[in-house]
Amino acid sequence: MHPHEKIGAAIAAANDAGRTGLVPFITAGYPDPDTFIDTLRIVAAAGDVVELGVPFSDPMADGMTIQRSSFTAIENGVTLAWIFDQLAAAEDIGAPLVMMSYLNPLMAFGYDALAVRARETGICAFIVPDLPYEESADIRAALDNEGVGLIQLVTPATPDERLKLLAGASRGFLYAVTITGITGGDAGLPNDLAGYLDKVSSLSPLPVCAGFGIRKAEDVINVGKHAAGAIVGSALVEVLERGDDPEAFLRGLR
Amino acid sequence: MKSELDAGKATALLDASIAGTLPDDRGRFGPFGGRYVPETLVPAFVRLEQGIAEHLHSDAFQEEFRSELRTWVGRPTALTFAPRLSERWGAEVWLKREDLAHTGAHKINNAIGQAILAKKLGAKRIIAETGAGQHGVASAAACARVGLPCRVYMGAVDIERQAPNVDRMLRLGAEVFPVESGDKTLRAAIDEALREWVTDPAGTYYLIGSAVGAHPYPYLVRELQSVIGQEARQQMLDLAGGLPDVAFACVGGGSNAIGLFYPLLGDRDIELIGVEAGGTGDGLGQNAATLATGTPGVLQGSYSIILQDKNGNVQETHSISAGLDYSGVGPEHAMLQAVGRVTYVSASDDEALDALEELCETEGILTALETAHAYASARRWAKENPGKRILIGNSGRGDKDMPTLTQYPARTNANASA
Repeated sequence: MHPHEKIGAAIAAANDAGRTGLVPFITAGYPDPDTFIDTLRIVAAAGDVVELGVPFSDPMADGMTIQRSSFTAIENGVTLAWIFDQLAAAEDIGAPLVMMSYLNPLMAFGYDALAVRARETGICAFIVPDLPYEESADIRAALDNEGVGLIQLVTPATPDERLKLLAGASRGFLYAVTITGITGGDAGLPNDLAGYLDKVSSLSPLPVCAGFGIRKAEDVINVGKHAAGAIVGSALVEVLERGDDPEAFLRGLR
Repeated sequence: MKSELDAGKATALLDASIAGTLPDDRGRFGPFGGRYVPETLVPAFVRLEQGIAEHLHSDAFQEEFRSELRTWVGRPTALTFAPRLSERWGAEVWLKREDLAHTGAHKINNAIGQAILAKKLGAKRIIAETGAGQHGVASAAACARVGLPCRVYMGAVDIERQAPNVDRMLRLGAEVFPVESGDKTLRAAIDEALREWVTDPAGTYYLIGSAVGAHPYPYLVRELQSVIGQEARQQMLDLAGGLPDVAFACVGGGSNAIGLFYPLLGDRDIELIGVEAGGTGDGLGQNAATLATGTPGVLQGSYSIILQDKNGNVQETHSISAGLDYSGVGPEHAMLQAVGRVTYVSASDDEALDALEELCETEGILTALETAHAYASARRWAKENPGKRILIGNSGRGDKDMPTLTQYPARTNANASA
């Protein structure tokens, strides 16, 4: 099984058990680099797949919560190389990992080295929010060589023809952005969410995971009727920011 | 950052640039440029690209744009001979006076052009970012002119140091949105404008102020600003009796420089020199000399040269001039450096202040702190190359810089002994 195939398998296992796949997001090394692996294990125990954010100086698709966590992590010395080193030194985390990073840190690391290091450390796929499909050939080829996926995002603004192209190109799962906006919004999920997610799911050969604006159990239930998985980012980062218990929060979502 | 292009590729790229075939279909100037944007914005960029293809070079658009430049902006702007500065420098110095354009800088050429385009594309509102406030003022004025609401994103640090321009924007009917995230200067303002655009990609038009960002913006801004170089070239022939030996322009994102240089690229005997902000020193964070000290990477939508650490995090910059205080640079400048057609140098905060004062004394022109960097570099060049004909892009006026300048006592005659 290629690394990227572990993601779909984990989501499918959750669905087979009658649950919506849960994909928690944390910014790596936040709030405290010293407890990174411990936090990751707690989150991995409650989630089916974990999305790990690489902090970046210019997170243009993220709202204030993830911006704050990103800047704090950078100040605390968290880098892509550091994250790989921590993962390499840790025992099995317990869930497939997906890495979310803006393109520039990946480019600075070098795509070939990135793909190898990702496979070695249990990273099964990447989400790159500022990399549209048209610019992705180089990194995709490097990741393919190691069986590591590149997850595509689709949004309510994506035309149907493009949606088909992106669904066909994605590896791991297909990321359906629920809203037209950035992460961490509090406007709630849109009224026409069901129709949108049904359409995306019908066009995708991979499990569809919905993200942006999913904050509570009710959201996970609503999304779960129309998608295989739910991604919870800013709400979980807020829990960590407050110093609350991430395990209790995530159990409450399942 | 030295060129990694081999000589053959560099020659072909420069030929393509002069022939007007860049950017290519993928928005590339050789290796630089492209479109690195969130998926939510991809359809908006495709619409913008189609809109530009339909309108930008159409007779209807050009007629309206040229008419606004003539009757509202006040173009053509003057070409001024600078006799006393020439005498001091031992050169023949000519100034392309963008400071005389409406709202006081070259920014208005781009702002009114894009505002007309936004109207044609059916936009409901316009958002813009600003560093020094000149693009914010120009956008506010242009939006008032075409009748569209305008919100300007501006870093909290810049709001502090460019207070007069903030008031001007408000009076021109724009909303000024303070940006408290990131470095609280131009880069953070662009990030925040992009975040806002993502929430309403269909109804909002993003009026970017420099030749930066994802394709087609660097192309669009260049096309709208090229009027500077087109006019200057003809005026040099008419008034100076020939083309210059060298042309200088300051470079932050690079819109006034590309506007001046692009129409001169084919005149290969003209040396072209872009001047970045050297700040207070060579160290990371002490300057904004992106092309001189940066490395390739992706920032805010395009692959260009950026100031970053080894982990790919973009570094904060320093310059006395808010308009040059930016960690990136337009991709076309990165290409022009790589092919060797334009040389990029830097001038320090102190050199810029000296140059600003010298121009005041000798020619009665208070230039913008950004523009003063071009003078500082030109003065150095003139000493090393006596007797040459020099064209300087006087990109803006310095009235907006009075709050900064009052912190530095006037050093009258400081340059007399230089």
